This record gives sequence, C-alpha cells and structure tokens, in this order.
Amino acid sequence: MAEKERTSLSRRVVTWIPYAWLVVFFLIPCLIVLKISLSQTALAIPPYEPVFSTFADIRDKVGEFSLDSFALLTQDSLYWLSYLSSLEIAAISTILLLIIGYPIAYGLARANPSIRPYLLMLIILPFWTSFLIRVYAWIGILKPEGLLNQLLISLHLISQPLAITNTNWAVYIGIVYSYLPFMVLPLYATLEKLDVTLLEAASDLGATPLKAFWQVTFPISLPGVAAGALLVFIPAVGEFVIPDLLGGSDTLMIGKTLWHEFFDNRDWPVASAVAIVLLVALVVPIVLFQNAQSRAQGAK
Amino acid sequence: MKQALGAVRRKFQPWNDPASRPFIEFRNVSKQFGSFTAVDHQTLTVFEREFHALLGPSGCGKTTLLRMLAGFEEPSEGEIWLDGKNLAGVPPHRRPVNMMFQSYALFPHMSVEKNIAFGLKQDGMPRGEIAARVDEMLKLVKLEPFAKRRPDKLSGGQRQRVALARALAKRPKVLLLDEPLGALDKKLREATQFELVGLQESLGLTFLIVTHDQEEAMTVADRISVMKEGKIAQIATPAEIYEAPSSRYVADFIGSVNVFEGTVESSSPGRLQLETDQGFTVRTATAPVLGAGTKAWFAVRPEKMRIDHDRPEGDGVNMVSGEVWDIGYLGDVTVYNVRLDSGKLVRASVMNAQRAVARPISWEERVWLSWSDDAGVILLD
Ligand SMILES: Nc1ncnc2c1ncn2[C@@H]1O[C@H](COP(=O)(O)OP(=O)(O)O)[C@@H](O)[C@H]1O
Ligand SMILES: [Mg+2]
Repeated sequence: MAEKERTSLSRRVVTWIPYAWLVVFFLIPCLIVLKISLSQTALAIPPYEPVFSTFADIRDKVGEFSLDSFALLTQDSLYWLSYLSSLEIAAISTILLLIIGYPIAYGLARANPSIRPYLLMLIILPFWTSFLIRVYAWIGILKPEGLLNQLLISLHLISQPLAITNTNWAVYIGIVYSYLPFMVLPLYATLEKLDVTLLEAASDLGATPLKAFWQVTFPISLPGVAAGALLVFIPAVGEFVIPDLLGGSDTLMIGKTLWHEFFDNRDWPVASAVAIVLLVALVVPIVLFQNAQSRAQGAK
Repeated sequence: MKQALGAVRRKFQPWNDPASRPFIEFRNVSKQFGSFTAVDHQTLTVFEREFHALLGPSGCGKTTLLRMLAGFEEPSEGEIWLDGKNLAGVPPHRRPVNMMFQSYALFPHMSVEKNIAFGLKQDGMPRGEIAARVDEMLKLVKLEPFAKRRPDKLSGGQRQRVALARALAKRPKVLLLDEPLGALDKKLREATQFELVGLQESLGLTFLIVTHDQEEAMTVADRISVMKEGKIAQIATPAEIYEAPSSRYVADFIGSVNVFEGTVESSSPGRLQLETDQGFTVRTATAPVLGAGTKAWFAVRPEKMRIDHDRPEGDGVNMVSGEVWDIGYLGDVTVYNVRLDSGKLVRASVMNAQRAVARPISWEERVWLSWSDDAGVILLD
C-alpha cells in the first residue's frame, strides 16, 4: 500500500519536472515581460515605472495598469507592417525550405543505409561552427564584389554585379541556409519510416512514379512536413540576426523592430508589448494545430 | 464446394494438351543479387485460368520469381513472357498483373474504398464506373460495412480481404499472391483457402501463389512447382507430387515419408526389386527400368504401410519387423514410430475407423510392417 503510494508519488514528481521547468523558465519570464508591457516608460534604471513589486502592491496598483504600449502598436503602422512582413518572409522562407529540403530528405531516406550516417553528418556539420560566422560568410559571398558575383561575371552570365545583399533575397538565402537541417531532419524521419512496398503496390496498381509520389509518399509524409514547417517558421518570424546582417534598411522584421525599441529607443514597455503580441500570434495557431493533430492521432 | 470444384477442375489439364498455348512463361530465367543466385536458370509455364503454386522453404527464390513477373526485379538472364508478349523492360505500372503483397501494403492514409479504387483511378476510369466496381469488390470480399474505415481500424482477416479486393479490382490477367494467408490463424486460413479457389474459379483468372505451406498449396493449386535453392525441383499436380515425387527432397517436403536406401537387384518393365541397406527386399510395380547394382531409394508414405502383430503371408518381400517405439494418437489417425533392428525409425499411420480395437498395438511390442507392390516409389535423387 505504502509502496504503491510512493511509486505514484515519484511518478507524479517525474511528470511535474517538465512543468516546473516551463513555469520557471517560460511562464515567469513571460509574466515579467507582460508586466513591463503594462508599465509606462521612465527615465530610470530599468527604464520603466514599476507597476508593482510586492504582492501587497498588486491590489493597489492594478488600477495603474496602462495599455498605452499596446495602443501604440495599433496606431503606428510600423509595427503592423513589421509583423506582416515578418510573417511573409517566414512563410516564403518556409516554402523555399520545403522545396529544397524535401528532395534532400528524400534522397537521404533512399540512400544506401551504409552511407546514410555520413550524409546526415554532412547536414549537421555546419552547426559545429558559429551561427554568426556562417551568416557573416554569406555577406562575403553575396556582396557586389563577392564570390558569387565574381563567379557569374567570369562565366559571362552577367555583366553587372547583382545587388543581393541588403535585399529580402539575401534574407531568404540566409534563413534557408541556416534553417535547412531543421526542415530536413523531421522530413527525413518520416520518409525513412515509409514502407517502400507501399510504392511498389502503387506502381503495381498502375501509378507512374510521379503519381505514386503525390498520392502515396507525400500524403504519408505530411506530419513531417508540418513538423519541419513549424520548426523553421516560428524562429524565422522572430529572426533578428539574419535580417540585420543580410537585409537592407527596408527589410522590415519584427525582431529588428523589437531590438530597436529595446536598445535604441529604450522603450521597454513598447518592446515588451511587441514581444507579447508576437508570442500570442504564434502560440495560438500552434496550440490549435497541435490539438488538431493529437485529435487526428487519437482517432487512429 | 470443394467437391463440386474438384469435379470441374478434373477436366482442366491444359498442361497435358500439346495444343494449349502457354500464358505465363519463364524462359531460362536467372536472378543474381551480387554473387548470390536467387533463381538459377529456371523455366516454368503456367496456363490461362490455372491456379499455380510456388512452394518451397523460406529463401528458395519464390518471391523473387513473383517479383520478376510483377516487374519489381529484372531477370539477370532469360525472358519472361505473358500472353504472347515479352515483358522485358516493361515497368511494373504497365504490366497487366496485380500483386497481393505478403504485408498487404495497404495505403494507411486511405479508406478501404479508396484503397480499392486506387488502381482504377490510375487508369482514368470514369468516377461512376469506379464507384460501381468498388461496390462490387466490397461485396465480393464481404467488406461493405467497412468501406469508410482506415486499414489500421481493421482486423488481420479484414485487411487481407482489402488487399485481395484491391489487387482484383483491375481484373488483372494474372493475380500474384505472395504468402497471402501467412498472417492469419489456422481456422481463418483454411476457410480463406477455399474462398480463394472459389474466387479464382468464378472470375476465371490466372492465379500464381507463393507459399511455404504444403497443405495450402495442395488445397488451392491446380499444379505446384516445388522449389529448392533457386531451382524448381518438380512441377506437377498435387496428387502427382504426393504420389509420385521426383526426388527425395520433394517426397520429404510434401507430407511425411519413409525413405530406404538400396541397390537394384533386378529390373524389368513393371517390376523392380531393390535390396535395402536395412536387410529387407522391396518390390515395386511402378518404376523405371534400371541396371542391376544401381543405387536408388525407396520412398513410401506412412499411411500406405500396414502394421500387424503377426508376420503377413507372402514371399517375405515388402515387409520388415521392428519394435513399437512411440505411438501418437491424433484422433482421426494413430501414428506409430517403429524402430527397426538397425535403429532406424519408420513411421506408419492407421486410420481410426473403429472406436475400439480388439488387440491394440502398444509400446515395445514386436510388430510387422508391410506394404503392397504399388505403395511406394523408386527415386534416383
Ligand atoms: N534485393 C535483394 N538483395 C539481395 N538478396 C536478395 C534480395 N531479394 C532476395 N534476396 C535473397 O534471395 C533469396 C531468395 O529470396 P526470396 O525470393 O525472397 O525467397 P522466398 O520468397 O522463397 O522466401 C534469399 O536468400 C534472399 O536473401
Ligand atoms: Mg517470400
């Protein structure tokens, strides 16, 4: 009896550890940011009016919550344009990543099992160098007198260097390059599990290889597509380093706007409001998606 | 049902008719995987509307033969012809054969009806016709209530029927079945065997089935190819394979058999006498004419042996005595293992036609085994 209680207790402790982690490192920081977003700017350190600092304060100061920062987000079109532009850049990058990542994952999954570990290694290897250095390297490749333009000019494919850096194209290239493994690995995981006799069955029933791909392989790999797309889309929306280094002054991304509010304007409440809205905008669709997926799985 | 079919089928013997046209032909076909030979220069002819079984132990190349006909593997040597056409270079999706896979290979993301419709859709059949054909197939395999279910919500037997319906939906010239009943339990397997025969008969299709289960092959097939290590050891009807196996391997693979090694004493048409290494003499009526002194084997089935307490009448040929070593009561038959003086065990089985026997044979008793002139066969291999 006591034994049983102890095991159920220890089991409860084990299941609570991840929740505790989430509370300490995700929920509490989020609440702090939320608190700042409801404050007013001030010339102080930290640069905002404390809303409350003790629990006793909470009751007194609730009336002082200010939605000014959130109101500002709706008034200044810069924020809306940044959000929309971030979503657009992330969506286009995700589609590009799918188009490039799917064939790579497919090739990996169909490769001879004895060389697969080496191919996977090649996909993961770039992660062993700093992300920042790899993004900087792209400046050297893409800039007007960079490697790519030199190559294209020497091949007489172009006469004038292409202006790629400081455009959205450079941002797409940077995101696609940096996030490729996050797209390839989940796709590989689902494609590798795909039973090849299903493709034989499709071809036996008269499907050309292309039809077999679209009617069998692709639909079965959709969970991998969804996982890969989420894994690259979410961080891409909030990406700061790549648009800052490779994008131009007209590349609007919410990460850059956020940085600007925090470090250049020192308007922490507005920056926090930007972060909260971004979080809500991303978390709500993800939760809905995951619910739909677990319901689909539960139905199986 | 089996009886009625048997009556029809007895007349179906295109292999004995020189005028009949071969439908499937493997002509001297080999298949190498690297340095390993999975199929070794084999020739096999199957006739239209025949139910043909490829029978052999695991790894003997049955599936490889089937996959070459379906187009998943190209022969390393030789040609495969179907209905007068060479199949070389024809991709699987253009071959008029359909396969029922051992694992069923049902599309997990499609409902039962979508699975069945898959092949019809590839051919661009009009929607209405597809729906009608799918309904017909669902009725044929008695799966109408499950049309909208996904395969993972079906039992093993139901999945097997979906796989069958899907492979039959296109009315292929040949249906290939790779161990189609391997995943079913014994009772369901036996019932399904008869259903398969009925289907093949009523649809008038040619079936090529792979199995390692000799009873299954005997039940369903018009003819059986017994395979061994990439080679076909014998092609014949179930009865011929059982009663007149061509080698010790075939005799042993199909049912149980007692084999005695010996040398030919005398031989003339319709009569051969063999001196076995067990010290008794065998006389058979059905045997090739062999030179005296030739090494040969005598094979006799357990149910063809009589077992008695007393020495049978006669000239002392086709009989041997031993001690009852073991008795297995199986209900319909009783199996006796009799130990000869040399230590060799011989198996004899007796039908339990009566409920009680006056003087039952029991353990460690001395008994006589005997058989008639046409009970066994002489084998050279
Ligand atoms: N793709 C392949 N590559 C290498 N060896 C194979 C391949 N397919 C089959 N084999 C080998 O060929 C032999 C015959 O296989 P198979 O035709 O599947 O046997 P069966 O169906 O009679 O059990 C086996 O030893 C198997 O290992
Ligand atoms: Mg096999």
